[in-house]
Amino acid sequence: MKLTLWTYEGPPHVGAMRVATAMEGLHYVLHAPQGDTYADLLFTMIERQAKRPPVTYTTFQARDLGGDTAELFKNAALEAYERFKPQALLVGASCTAELIQDDPGGLARALGLPIPVVAVELPAYQKKENWGSAETFYQLVRAFAVKTGPAPSARCNILGPTALGFRHRDDVTEIVRLLDRLGVAVNVIAPLGATPADLARLGDASFNIVLYPETGMQAAAWLSRQFGQKTVKAVPIGVGATRDFIAEVAALAGVDPAPLLDPEESRLPWYSRSVDSTYLTGKRVFIFGDATHAIAAARIASEELGFTVVGLGTYSREFAREVREAATRYGIEATISDDYLEVEARITELQPELVLGTQMERHIAKRLGIPCATISAPVHVQDFPARYSPQMGFEGANVIFDTWVHPLMMGLEEHLLHMFRDDPEFHDDAGASHLAQAAPVLDAAATPQWNSAAEKELKKIPFFVRGKARRNTERFAVDQGLSDITLETLYDAKAHFGR
Amino acid sequence: MSGIATLPARAPGAERPVLRERGQREVFCGLTGIIWLHRKIQDAFFLVVGSRTCAHLIQSAAGVMIFAEPRFATAIIDERDLAGIADANDELDAVVAQLLQRRPDIKLLFLVGSCPSEVIKLDLSRAALRLGRQFGPDVRVLNYSGSGIETTFTQGEDACLASLVPVLPDTEAAELLVVGALADVVEDQFARLFAAMGIGTVRFLPPRQAALLPAVGPGTRFLLAQPFLADTARALEERGAVRIPAPFPLGVEGTTLWLQAAASAFGVSAASFSSATALPQERGRRAVARYRTELAGKRIFFFPDSQMEIPLARFVSRELSMQAIEAGTPFLHRQHLAEELDLLPESVALSEGQDVERQLDRCRAARPDLVVCGLGLANPLEAEGLTTKWSIELLFTPVQGYDQAGDLAELFARPLVRRMRLAV
Repeated sequence: MKLTLWTYEGPPHVGAMRVATAMEGLHYVLHAPQGDTYADLLFTMIERQAKRPPVTYTTFQARDLGGDTAELFKNAALEAYERFKPQALLVGASCTAELIQDDPGGLARALGLPIPVVAVELPAYQKKENWGSAETFYQLVRAFAVKTGPAPSARCNILGPTALGFRHRDDVTEIVRLLDRLGVAVNVIAPLGATPADLARLGDASFNIVLYPETGMQAAAWLSRQFGQKTVKAVPIGVGATRDFIAEVAALAGVDPAPLLDPEESRLPWYSRSVDSTYLTGKRVFIFGDATHAIAAARIASEELGFTVVGLGTYSREFAREVREAATRYGIEATISDDYLEVEARITELQPELVLGTQMERHIAKRLGIPCATISAPVHVQDFPARYSPQMGFEGANVIFDTWVHPLMMGLEEHLLHMFRDDPEFHDDAGASHLAQAAPVLDAAATPQWNSAAEKELKKIPFFVRGKARRNTERFAVDQGLSDITLETLYDAKAHFGR
Repeated sequence: MSGIATLPARAPGAERPVLRERGQREVFCGLTGIIWLHRKIQDAFFLVVGSRTCAHLIQSAAGVMIFAEPRFATAIIDERDLAGIADANDELDAVVAQLLQRRPDIKLLFLVGSCPSEVIKLDLSRAALRLGRQFGPDVRVLNYSGSGIETTFTQGEDACLASLVPVLPDTEAAELLVVGALADVVEDQFARLFAAMGIGTVRFLPPRQAALLPAVGPGTRFLLAQPFLADTARALEERGAVRIPAPFPLGVEGTTLWLQAAASAFGVSAASFSSATALPQERGRRAVARYRTELAGKRIFFFPDSQMEIPLARFVSRELSMQAIEAGTPFLHRQHLAEELDLLPESVALSEGQDVERQLDRCRAARPDLVVCGLGLANPLEAEGLTTKWSIELLFTPVQGYDQAGDLAELFARPLVRRMRLAV
């Protein structure tokens, strides 16, 4: 048993949902108690998906446990098939259903449905979300991929992108464009946007690009063993890594990488060399995320922005070795932990000037007053931006430069602050020139006075609407010619203005 | 298929018909209540004994992680506990010791049961007794179940409050007890109204501090502020307290009838009642009126969520002149909702439980102007062209009482106003 305040990863069945939701024509029947449907909101609210995830939950309750939960599962699977008519059914259990051992795979197969059924066993008390995605994708690939004849050398698959991934959709767009310019054809992208029928065609490519090893590597390793497809290992996050990726792809595909190695492809190198960036030199940065994004971020921070990496870590225990190796390159010891409190303690101890992390580190950094940018899942709704903002490829490098530098003070600004440190109008306590002082000041004599009860009541109003409530009440009192604000005035004003 | 739940015709004098369904339920489990309960009881800590799913649920439902260090956490059961390699009770004791060492400010610790802890039959009531002996009297340790196999969403609050009832002090005094978590600002308004009508001592459950537990006894008359408190009410009745039947304090009418029920039970004169409530009533009506023009005649469909659906359907029907098509509730407590059902127009179809796919079929066929539903359904329905209101906001926002009646109306108006404004 382990005390957990916040968790970086959900349970493994949420990983399976990320695969199922990314795909088309696949429906997931999940044996789960009431309440597990919360996972739908990850997709509909955080990622703003316009469709419900293709998941049917059996929703068993305590009274079913003595009875026939297996029958409940069979009915749910049958109804899901009849209603959604998917190409294939994925079946499995959530943590509670795992304990009651109903065998969803066997039950679903016994229904004799005219479509393939893929069962995934995801041990919820040992494994976590990313492992669940990887295992589910691997099981689907195993079930559907068929060996075909020799494929043209310049044709690849892109593996790993899922629903709820950090910028997966935009990364795929960026990498597909890049491959197109290299003259490499994309055979199948999966799981994102693929159908079970598309997975059957995976064999028609000569190599696989694994954009997200956390979710795609297991399937790629199997394809390599079974079909002899090579795997591109470089993950194109950052200018250097993108160039490595291009070189690796070009070698496998037998195409010329030269047109894409032009230094002008990304603005990052020049922006980083321009003099305003001098102030970035040696900024102490703490990096934490999934292994792929953390390793990539450390390289960019160190080689492309000139920061000093003071901390590097991951919650992906499956990739601890890779992160430890990377950390030794920066002369530090990696933090391998999924304990939020431990990561927080490490950040507090290291006192970095910039934190690059997940939603959790953003939260820690905010509390410690340290600038922060998000580099990895788990992320919140604001990290699914409306604009095109990949992390991968050359445009991804541009996005990263802007995102990481933005929370820091600009070089010129920092310089001026130093110069005018003791200026009477320009010191720490003066406040920003564009804020408070510019607000119209009410004539003090005409400003109605709050009595203590009203003042106390005002404090019970949530802080984010309190200012508006105060202004509206004072305006109302002035309009009514009242000199004192009482509880009644406060509520009369509320009724008058509405929200 | 017609958009309205098909129900058998009602014989004269028979109970109002209800469509009972079972199938996939698109609702939260009782653990979710921790999100508002830990804000209400400011020195309580909620320790869920469950799986990673439980931890993930609470942090996802909490939406944004705004709390520096929240007063809730999960003791995540792992394979060692299941395989019997570790004794789950010893493990739990160690987690609690670690937690209390870290948070010496905690005065009340709830061990909250989950689906996995119930299925493996981890006895949290014994654990609470054991830990209570170890850490009491500084820390009181109680337990309840918020598991999805036993509780739906707001039933978690019911289970939590019911677990408090046995430890409430005794009293012989004739006192009013208001039961159900309300925002502090709402609670204070009600306290002032009761004081103004001359009801001396009014106590609230849950209290804001663990040390402020209200006393209860045969003189206690209690008023439910929330419609989902079946077990808590039963536990209070076992202590001799008597429930004052009333509709719920949503809207001006609901609030007046709710206050009136208490006033009658405590012998408040009509004159005192009216002098205490006339002004705020009038103010509440004014605040609601501005939204009635926007909402009158609009058709509304409630998916089951918090058990507040029937009182809400009554409010929107009677005070906003909306046309409620279906009011779905996870569980219909006929006794506690008797006064509400009497006020609810006959045309509102009632459904209990859920088969979400069938209910979606009915909803799509009815094409309501506004759908009240959970977060998992809202965006998909918006994408289909329906306008939605997230039901969870009705729980997280102060909506009870006269001075919130306008806010409550506004919650229904905003999605429609937004849809009208947008030209993209």
